[in-house]
Amino acid sequence: MHNDTVVLRVENVVKHLGGQRILDGVSLTVKKGRLKVLIGPSGAGKSTLLQCINFLLPPDEGTVYIEDRKINGKSRKDLLWLRQRVGMIFQDFNLFDHLTAMENVRVALIKVKKMDKRAATNRAMEELARVGLADKSGLYPAQLSGGQKQRVSVARALAMDPEVMLLDEPTSALDPELIGEVLAVIRDLADAGMTMIMATHQIGFSSSLADEFLFMEKGRIIERGSPAELLARGSCSRTMAFCAKLSELTGELGG
Amino acid sequence: MTALSAARHGRHMDGMLSALTASWDALPYILGGVWWTLGLIIGAMAVGLVLGVPLAVGQVYGARPVRRLASLYVWLFRGVPILVQLYLFYFGILAYLSSFEALAFLHLDSAFTAAVVVLGLTSAAYQSQIFRGAIQSLPEGQLKAARALGMTDRTAIMNIILPQALRLSIPGWSNEYSILLKDSALAFVIGVLEVMSRTRSVAATTHQPLPLSILAGLIFFVLTWAGLKALKTLEAKVRMEGYSHQGSL
Repeated sequence: MHNDTVVLRVENVVKHLGGQRILDGVSLTVKKGRLKVLIGPSGAGKSTLLQCINFLLPPDEGTVYIEDRKINGKSRKDLLWLRQRVGMIFQDFNLFDHLTAMENVRVALIKVKKMDKRAATNRAMEELARVGLADKSGLYPAQLSGGQKQRVSVARALAMDPEVMLLDEPTSALDPELIGEVLAVIRDLADAGMTMIMATHQIGFSSSLADEFLFMEKGRIIERGSPAELLARGSCSRTMAFCAKLSELTGELGG
Repeated sequence: MTALSAARHGRHMDGMLSALTASWDALPYILGGVWWTLGLIIGAMAVGLVLGVPLAVGQVYGARPVRRLASLYVWLFRGVPILVQLYLFYFGILAYLSSFEALAFLHLDSAFTAAVVVLGLTSAAYQSQIFRGAIQSLPEGQLKAARALGMTDRTAIMNIILPQALRLSIPGWSNEYSILLKDSALAFVIGVLEVMSRTRSVAATTHQPLPLSILAGLIFFVLTWAGLKALKTLEAKVRMEGYSHQGSL
């Protein structure tokens, strides 16, 4: 499953928001089947970086490549091509409130991939089953728990057959008892060889799955390395200090 | 009571009675105006909806010139009194347009058409503000998620934004219905035979404006009540799970 094909390459991305330099020249490369984890304090630019990758926030400078194709942010065609290959999971789910769980997963299959309704419905049901929600297909977002909503949003992204998934703090808006079910789905994805970049504060969980930790601060990646390296006992990495602080607050640090 | 005052009272009662009888006789004629009134409102609501939605979308998502243009439209039609517009359109713009053979089938010279156009154009300005508010009340994540799935903005607006925004607009839209209902009475100035103009013409011959005004008021009241009831039913029918409170006070 792991091979050396580069799925996503980001070069020197700079982004200003509200007069502030939020991203200050960020570069990274993701190979097929790998999971990169972005960690760092809030305001470090993790979420902005993820949104620059699929041009929800167009970068001011820098380049994004998907499978060696350079994305031209001015070309509508390029953006639609890119976004069909890059799945995104948001912190607050962003399910479409007027559609049932099944319709949430199905709508882009019909409207973007132009699948016929029946095939799209079947595909949507498959993806819901994959995240364990086949029996909730007829419920509206307001009738689902946070964990269920996030799992529907994972199914919605998966249905598009993305090459790479961007996960923007997928468990940060969840009640603690609901985090586990979402993490289990993410673990399944990683096991199935999905290429992913995930921003998260779940250090313990991600250190067992991540190929690389990228520690961000003030719009830059200031440390990178395997979880084992960065979190080694006695390590004086910036990552270690941050994680120690996190665990002081939450009382848990795995890995 | 003296004999004189009793007689006077009796005569007064006679007058009242004959007035009421005359009004009663005019009832079918005045009720016939309900169809015209309804035609005006439904036509104007429809014109307002068809123009109001793109105006709202233009104001929220349009490029700067589109936003400017939409705002100018809204400002203009909210600013000019309907009465002035009725004269302008009926005797001016539409009369001119109807002189073209090619447009003959539209019957632009009819007073009814003019009234629907004027009420509809004005309503579009107001309706666009209802829709704009609803669009802007949606979380920005809705559009982001749609874009992230590869939808064009057009697809996202048609399938994700508007279905939600229009549902949220129904309460404000009900308000627009009752306002239009009353504005439609202004159409009498160009001779549309709706409820108000029939009431006025009967009153002019019977010299009994009071009972007739009460009657007209009652008709408008019933129309308001029925329309709002219908919209309430629609609202309940298309309501999104979790977006309105169940039960009532």
